[in-house]
Amino acid sequence: MIPNKDAVELNIKSHSSHLPVVRGAVERMADVEGFKEQDAHALAWAIDEALANVIKHGYEGRPDQPIHIRLEAVQSPGGRRGIAVAVRDRGRQVDPSTIRGRDLDEIRPGGLGVHIIRSVMDDVSYTCPDDGGMLLEMIKYVSKDDGDTTGDKAEAPAKGRSQSR
Amino acid sequence: MTHDGDSLVKDIRRDGDRTLVVLYGDVDLHHSPDLHAALVGITGERPRRLMLDMSDVPYIDSSGVGTFVEVFRRVNAYKGKMIFFGLNDRVRSVFEITKLDKFFTICDSEAQAAEA
Repeated sequence: MIPNKDAVELNIKSHSSHLPVVRGAVERMADVEGFKEQDAHALAWAIDEALANVIKHGYEGRPDQPIHIRLEAVQSPGGRRGIAVAVRDRGRQVDPSTIRGRDLDEIRPGGLGVHIIRSVMDDVSYTCPDDGGMLLEMIKYVSKDDGDTTGDKAEAPAKGRSQSR
Repeated sequence: MTHDGDSLVKDIRRDGDRTLVVLYGDVDLHHSPDLHAALVGITGERPRRLMLDMSDVPYIDSSGVGTFVEVFRRVNAYKGKMIFFGLNDRVRSVFEITKLDKFFTICDSEAQAAEA
């Protein structure tokens, strides 16, 4: 990850009791960056799902493993404000091409986290860094004034953002 | 029964074949296992109508959704009915994005839930 003096960085252990703390911090930052309440909630929700996936799958429930979260204010080429998020773990690596949401036409538990992340974020990228673990990078822009809080996939990623590895 | 440990169950009221479960707090990865155990215990009594008061649930994640799906399947298996009411906009949007609003019975009030 490229250091950025303006980014907010959080280091937590892979314990589920830490998740409300991260949700609170993310919603507060989103508020400071001018996100509407719905957008702020959607952003916090997606990050929460990402962290839950790391805890459940990356670390297979081990509660004492490191997770690094970086939040950075960005702007889209069209001028919309947003927040870029990076979630870095040291857990099990998974082929990024296999990470996708499941079909929602049947009712069964599991597999919803990735669907939620892709639904609410504008840009999502999973990579396997050479030194192990997984890196998830994603961006959420403030929604247009139509009340739609799901991601706008038509918008290009923010200029100057670090490329996925 | 009130405040059942970490299960988020604030109260359980039984009235004939109807059981009302009042939940409170965030239904997230941290609390879902205990909530799952509590609700599975209740389904063991096979209430014909299991009503879930979500008025004091500000947040739910996919693990919480998974818990409700699992309980829903148990209730369906004995031909019971599971009904939610009192969802805030955030929780309702979770059910919509995961398309569970197509499967779950969701009402605005306890009175509607009792008749659903």
